Amino acid sequence: MTDTVTATRERAPASLFGRIGAQNISLLIALVVLLAIFGALRPDVFFTPRNLINIGLAVTILGILAMAQTVVIVSGGLDISVGSIVGLSTMVLAVVAQETGSIPAGILAGLLAGLVAGAVNGLIIVYGPVNAVIATLGTMSAFRGLAYLMNNGNSIPITGDSLRALGIGTLFGLPFAIWLLIAAMAAFIVFTRETVVGRNIYALGGNPTVARLAGIPIRRYQISIYAMSGFAAAVAGLVLASRTMSGQPASGSQGLELEAITAAILGGCALQGGKGTIVGAMLGVLIIGVLNNGMILTSVPTFYQLLAKGALLILAVIVQERQRARSGE
Amino acid sequence: MTAPVVSVENVSKRFGAVQALRDVSIAFNAGEITALIGENGAGKSTLMRVLEGEHRPDTGRVLVDGHPVQLTSPRAAHGSGIRVIHQEPEIIPELTVAENIFIGDIRARGGIFLDRADLERRSLELLGTFGVVDVLSPGQRCHGLSPALRQLIEIMRALRPGARLLAFDEPTSSLTEDEAQRLFRVIRRLKADGVAVIYISHRLREIIELADRCVVMRDGSRVADEPIAALDEQRMVRLMVGRPVSDLFNRRERALGPVRLALEDVTTRRVEGISFEVRAGEIVGLGGLVGAGRTEVARAIVGLDPLLSGKMTVGGQPYKPREPADAVAAGIGLVPEDRKQEALLLMQAVRDNVSLVVPDKVSRYGFFSRRRERALVARHVAELRVKTPSIEQAVGKLSGGNQQKVVFARWQARGPAVLILDEPTRGIDVGAKAEIYRLIESLADQGLAILLISSEMPELLGLADRVLVMQSGRISGELPWQEASEEAVLALAMRSGKETIERKVS
Repeated sequence: MTDTVTATRERAPASLFGRIGAQNISLLIALVVLLAIFGALRPDVFFTPRNLINIGLAVTILGILAMAQTVVIVSGGLDISVGSIVGLSTMVLAVVAQETGSIPAGILAGLLAGLVAGAVNGLIIVYGPVNAVIATLGTMSAFRGLAYLMNNGNSIPITGDSLRALGIGTLFGLPFAIWLLIAAMAAFIVFTRETVVGRNIYALGGNPTVARLAGIPIRRYQISIYAMSGFAAAVAGLVLASRTMSGQPASGSQGLELEAITAAILGGCALQGGKGTIVGAMLGVLIIGVLNNGMILTSVPTFYQLLAKGALLILAVIVQERQRARSGE
Repeated sequence: MTAPVVSVENVSKRFGAVQALRDVSIAFNAGEITALIGENGAGKSTLMRVLEGEHRPDTGRVLVDGHPVQLTSPRAAHGSGIRVIHQEPEIIPELTVAENIFIGDIRARGGIFLDRADLERRSLELLGTFGVVDVLSPGQRCHGLSPALRQLIEIMRALRPGARLLAFDEPTSSLTEDEAQRLFRVIRRLKADGVAVIYISHRLREIIELADRCVVMRDGSRVADEPIAALDEQRMVRLMVGRPVSDLFNRRERALGPVRLALEDVTTRRVEGISFEVRAGEIVGLGGLVGAGRTEVARAIVGLDPLLSGKMTVGGQPYKPREPADAVAAGIGLVPEDRKQEALLLMQAVRDNVSLVVPDKVSRYGFFSRRRERALVARHVAELRVKTPSIEQAVGKLSGGNQQKVVFARWQARGPAVLILDEPTRGIDVGAKAEIYRLIESLADQGLAILLISSEMPELLGLADRVLVMQSGRISGELPWQEASEEAVLALAMRSGKETIERKVS
């Protein structure tokens, strides 16, 4: 007993890193267990390169959203409108591409739409001021409504080889989308760990009063963070559109917010803010991706899949709270 | 002689490598005020936690009325009549004053309905006893009450029937002298009623004024237990730190430089017509009762409260802050009143906390240079002699005095021209206080303009070159240090003669 306490005390300076490491290790173990289970259940398909690439593709959209969500949660907020922004941005992309006949113009417009939608979230939250959950709950519905309005609730097909190439093209054997995810991950890791702005976001989430008194312009930060989240959702929307070659108001983007938040929390984000890592969130994303893929391969009915995902989110929060209670003492 | 109400016998408690209590024996008698003093970490809090039933001693026992008891839970301790009033009052903001006082003991009519009349009657009785009927009403919500009033509510809560031993853990750290006097009257009445009182404080003069007996703790042991008449301040300090401490303040003449900060007729929602100047190398004290508007002056200067009229200059330049970021940019640093809520990221490392205001000095093109950051932080941490195992230690794990040094190190790293100190030694033990005083003096020597807000009279009078006294949001007078005495400051703070606890509405 005494020995344990002494050991913990001596290790204290490194304990933060120790904890993060421990959490990532337990996520890795969970991932390996999942891989083993599904590999055993469907040995014929699960470990084929094709299926692994499928998983990779499936997690690009979620991965981008989860990393952005991590930054939002670290700052002490939450963005549940991201799924709707994905849908909205694909619709804007499709409409503009159709009207102008230019895919680049469509892409630009789609990305811009996401940025603006995110900035709107930020402005409402800061200047309302409206609680982030409520604000983005409102815009989740509003943006989805807007996406439906753009073509009476119907999807819009997009024609254009450049977009198709983006969707099915590969580089060194890996689809472009996976490269995009890797690049985004590198950027997010550097951003959160090595930059002043990234570090200040942890301070902001840790205690906004302290951050403000230390001279961090917290309103500007908050608006920018939600704008970034909206932009990331639009990038995810671009990936979705390039794969479906259409603007989809809802299909493919519904429920993404749930998965993104689940991944971030699995990865160690504290809903109180100030804590969370990109690497952890990406491990969370892989777990969800493997789970989704495995459940489809093993023919788990959709309704059960929804049930499982909801349970996973709640479980992740419970684990997180338990850890917080323990470390708080 | 009857058995003491509560006594501890040969109590020891160990946490890992730390021996928090070492064979401590103390008796607490009915109708006696026992002061408990010692530096932070001396074991006072652990002893309180044992009495409260939070910790169980490794060896030794606790007796109530001469009979050994097992204080296995806070509930058991409460049942034995032991109540501890903590430094940070736990008040539920959305409940009324009456509900907060009687929470857990709210009577119901017919077993279901809240008996408001009964609640109001009982709380009015208590408020009357405390003489605060004019500032607190039973039906008022506790949201936005000042720390002093919140604490009063906590005390009233603890006074519910059955209290035999009442322990106050630094009750006056957020009170002004005036409010403290009110508290002392209450404590003396408790004593007359035969309650055993434990009084923990860093304010030695209070103890001499109030207590009958003084127990001194050091490194987990009881090092003295003497009648108060046998002690004086110097001896108490010597017993606490185990060595003689030279005078806390050394006043010396400093050459004053140009005006660094000037306020002219500044009015915000909470203060009115504030005008003063602070020169380089000058320490200007801001005194007054809690709620007189001192913190609000600081808030206006750093851009937290917008100016309705008036103007400010920093270093002679017009200065119109809209955000605290503007204050930092203009060279103004603030050491806020509430260290844990407003100054520090408790979960984060000393390094993060210090470098928070100097991103420009530790980064290039927005990217951190960890090497430069570590070097800068390590230098300032060493300069201020912050006791920490490493700069990666979470700030929340440091003692109060060292936490405050981290806040100072932060501003040292920034190098501001003006430093505003709001209650810079609140909740800090004597040894660390002396170090903070040295530090404040040396900062002034280096030419900083310092605005010092303090409710501790000796601190205000010992450090400030001149004292501005505030009352009801206005400056009611100014005293050069030669004329500043406690009486003079209090006279200005309560000029109208009316003794009030300001009601703070946020």
